[in-house]
Amino acid sequence: MREFDYRRAVDVSGALALLDADPEARFLGGGTNLVDLMKTGVERPARLVDVRELPLNGIESTDNGGLRIGATVTNSDLAAHPEVRRRYPALTQAVLAGASGQLRNMATVGGNLLQRTRCGYFADVTKPCNKRVPGSGCPAVEGEHHNHAILGASEHCVAVHPSDMGVALTAFDAVVSYETAHGPGELPLAEFYRPVGDTPHLETALPPGALITGVTLPPAPVAADSRYRKVRERASYAFAIGSIAAALGIEDGVVREVRLAFGAVASRPWRARTAERALTGAPANAETFAAAADAELAAAKPLPHNGYKVTLMRNLVVAVLTELAEEAAR
Amino acid sequence: MAPPPSSTSSAVTLKINGDKHTLSVDHRTTLLDALRERLDLTGTKKGCDQGQCGACTVLLDGRRAVACLQLAVAAEDREITTVEGLAEAGQLHPVQQAFLDLDGYQCGYCTPGQICSAVAVIEEHAAGWPSAVTDDVRPEVGAPPLTADEIRERMSGNLCRCGAYVSIVQAVARAAEARMSQEAAV
Repeated sequence: MREFDYRRAVDVSGALALLDADPEARFLGGGTNLVDLMKTGVERPARLVDVRELPLNGIESTDNGGLRIGATVTNSDLAAHPEVRRRYPALTQAVLAGASGQLRNMATVGGNLLQRTRCGYFADVTKPCNKRVPGSGCPAVEGEHHNHAILGASEHCVAVHPSDMGVALTAFDAVVSYETAHGPGELPLAEFYRPVGDTPHLETALPPGALITGVTLPPAPVAADSRYRKVRERASYAFAIGSIAAALGIEDGVVREVRLAFGAVASRPWRARTAERALTGAPANAETFAAAADAELAAAKPLPHNGYKVTLMRNLVVAVLTELAEEAAR
Repeated sequence: MAPPPSSTSSAVTLKINGDKHTLSVDHRTTLLDALRERLDLTGTKKGCDQGQCGACTVLLDGRRAVACLQLAVAAEDREITTVEGLAEAGQLHPVQQAFLDLDGYQCGYCTPGQICSAVAVIEEHAAGWPSAVTDDVRPEVGAPPLTADEIRERMSGNLCRCGAYVSIVQAVARAAEARMSQEAAV
């Protein structure tokens, strides 16, 4: 590992200044991804600015009935919070579906959004990777890609974003707040991750040097009846091969409102807006659920070894929406 | 104002099992390596060294964490508890005793991490935290019974290559029951 300077920030402006002073500096949150990547040489910061103790660890109700979640809230505290469990249960389920109890105690909300892909080529510094070394190539396209993207990828990168938490946040229209040396800003999570295109190394739309300060969930009564389901290759403590966050509001057998987001299918949590549009106002039954899934997945471009994800996601949409519809009918 | 010059090591004071230890650490030093290589606290084990096996589980401010991904310099000011700090006044911690009584191990290498993790699992459950196998996470429903499924899910961050899981689950269940009956008696 490269040697590095370490500074602990006590306030946001101090953190920004400490980062700004070194072009090779990184913010350190829980460290569960960054420290691991530093050990393997994928990340080589010259300075770490520890932001874990910044006063950004609160979860508060907003005036309009939403929630504001601080960037340094741990995954554990987010999942256990009564208002998250009551108003956005799929978010609690998503967070609890990720990592292990130990890692959830360390990992922060801000860090979760900024975690890197678990693509094996990205993690191996002896291999080409356009995300790690722009222009070096993408071995995954013709190589090991059974857990790579089917939506929104390019010939330059087919890696998926590994977050579970981000999938639920995307379904519920979360907005990311940040600070820079030039002032604060906001980005809807739907616009937070950049399209892959030919710049897979540029992952987010955050300005350089920005510090995520929190995530705001707007009020979403439909989210009180929501669910996160994750499919993985073992029963626990593994990244998704496909996941879904869903919320469903039904009136007189018709879909009044629906939220759908997919995980492990794209370089970002994938909001299934095409499916949502197809469902809104349609009868709430398995046929319309399947047709909506097909409409969303019509854009899928599977690789030779990940075509199963198209079927998997279709089945997940039908299964989870059917469950939510049955529960609503009770 | 010029920023202070950068440095690649720092003097840190770590609070471990109630004792303060001051040492100079290269910033690259993980808490795991500081415990084992610098402070002779070798109860905490190094398995994968990349956060995947749980052998290095310790408690930070009472919460379980993997020491291999925790930088020592960033652990200053936190209360660190290792497996060496669980027993009190010569009495094994109830989780340690349950692992002994029920053979919750074979080779023993993952055991300190399993035990530290189990101590925290029981506290997390007592605090009402749901898990990924909890059917209904709404707070009104309360914590689910600590079934074998719940224990397996909550302990999934601790791998045992001997496969002693059957006894580990029993040991965690027994220690959890003991804690609950103790609480009921108070």
